[in-house]
Amino acid sequence: MEVYILLGFVLILSIYLGLELISKVPSTLHTPLMSGANAISGIALVGALVLSSGSQLQEILAFLAVTFASINVFGGYLVTNRMLKMFKKK
Amino acid sequence: MNLIENISAFQNIVYIASSILFITGIKMLGKEDTAVKGNFLSALAMFIAVAITLVNIVNPLLIIIGISIGAIVGSLIALRVKMTSIPEMVALFNGFGGLATFFIAWSEFNSIPENTFQYILIMITIFIGGVTFSGSIIAYGKLSEKLTIKKTSIVTKLFTTIFYISIIYLVYSILLTNIFVPKFDFFTILLILTLLGGIGFVLPIGGGDMPVVISLLNSFSGIAAAFAGLLLLNNVLIVAGSLVGASGLILTIIMAKAMNRSIGNILFVGYATSSSVSKSEETGEVKPINVSDAYLILENASSVLVVPGYGMAVAQAQHVVRELGELLEANGTEVKYGIHPVAGRMPGHMNVLLAEANVPYDVLVEPDDVNPSMDSIDVAIVIGANDVVNPSATEEPGSPIYGMPIIEVNNARTVFVLKRSMSSGFAGVQNPLFFKENTRMLFGDAKESIGGLVSEFKE
Repeated sequence: MEVYILLGFVLILSIYLGLELISKVPSTLHTPLMSGANAISGIALVGALVLSSGSQLQEILAFLAVTFASINVFGGYLVTNRMLKMFKKK
Repeated sequence: MNLIENISAFQNIVYIASSILFITGIKMLGKEDTAVKGNFLSALAMFIAVAITLVNIVNPLLIIIGISIGAIVGSLIALRVKMTSIPEMVALFNGFGGLATFFIAWSEFNSIPENTFQYILIMITIFIGGVTFSGSIIAYGKLSEKLTIKKTSIVTKLFTTIFYISIIYLVYSILLTNIFVPKFDFFTILLILTLLGGIGFVLPIGGGDMPVVISLLNSFSGIAAAFAGLLLLNNVLIVAGSLVGASGLILTIIMAKAMNRSIGNILFVGYATSSSVSKSEETGEVKPINVSDAYLILENASSVLVVPGYGMAVAQAQHVVRELGELLEANGTEVKYGIHPVAGRMPGHMNVLLAEANVPYDVLVEPDDVNPSMDSIDVAIVIGANDVVNPSATEEPGSPIYGMPIIEVNNARTVFVLKRSMSSGFAGVQNPLFFKENTRMLFGDAKESIGGLVSEFKE
């Protein structure tokens, strides 16, 4: 149980940190921020990698999780980068 | 607690380094000058976290195949997508992230949870991940206009009901099934209800409210990843997921504020029933103008404010708009673009379109910056925007959109409104701007009208 409390602590602090860090974002960056954050949520890939594979169903689920998380990661970072490159100053 | 011991101490240290990179990356992503670098740092963080996890994988073949498929599919979509399709693209990727956490939690359920807390976490992760997935797919359908089911349709009502049922069923799954193990396969029912519920969550939410939903789904995908982190006792998942959850939440709040509505009102009520019907009737005659007369006025203007909306995206008019802007500047006119936070179908939609057309971002101004000096603007050109320039928001306390911050183009000396017809905007509210003394309506397709102005300037 202690480990959940400790990790719950990490969760709360991280959300708070995120709110503080991003609170004043210029509207120009709304889409890239969303798309970049979306790529970060592909971190589920790390979770998918450590899944245990006891049964065949679990192996299939892990494979699907890895594949979809990878689409999220690669697609997300590339599209964000493409978008950011377009923003130019006068 | 075997799991935490299995992850070697070294991996955990690397995860901490990766978390620091994620935090720095997302911070830099929030500032114009450092955004590209920020995105790179966050990608680096991802690479490090994945690489160190791969070190002690027993059977890497299947995983390498999965990553390769993901890399190819993801890269192809990202590099081929047109910039105008970015909103639905973000929705789709977001859905895939949610789906991955959905599968993770499903798989963990089959390893037989060790304690009640883990059991509860599985249920919640399934629900958030599943709703993020099916909700994002519906958002994708709506944004790409492949899906046109109306809010009042029976299908929408059916799915909305399923959404509420799925919440109740989730609570049941969390509270009771652990104590009284049911004889039926309650878990499969939860999986199905969750996916159907996600459809019902997004289906009733209409066009102009899409920016809020997209941001919220973005936040959900992060929260789902963070919960999966709790489930797997993995700190980098928790930190990265929480950051995404927070950034999505901030965007959601910014969007809701820009509409002067609460998030609950947007999600569960919608415009139609939120307030009494607008009292504003047609208060005069609209004054149409043709392209050559509009050109004569623009030629003599010393300052012009362009206010784009979803109509500009639909007409794909951003390139001709930029061309007109350049010709005006060559003519000695000061050109600015007034961008309302909820113009378009996702946060920052107009900014992306104009950036694609090579409009530098420092001539883009927000409502608060431009409203105080509006009376010094000679011509405001409204391109396919409606509710975000509706003066009812400031003048008419009975209006459903009263109190919403708008771009007050009605205070400019002359207003051109480019519009296809006299239909009202997403909010279904009549726009008194069209009947104002200083307003001229330029009817027709925005791209053709602006193109006409451009050729007049070139002659």
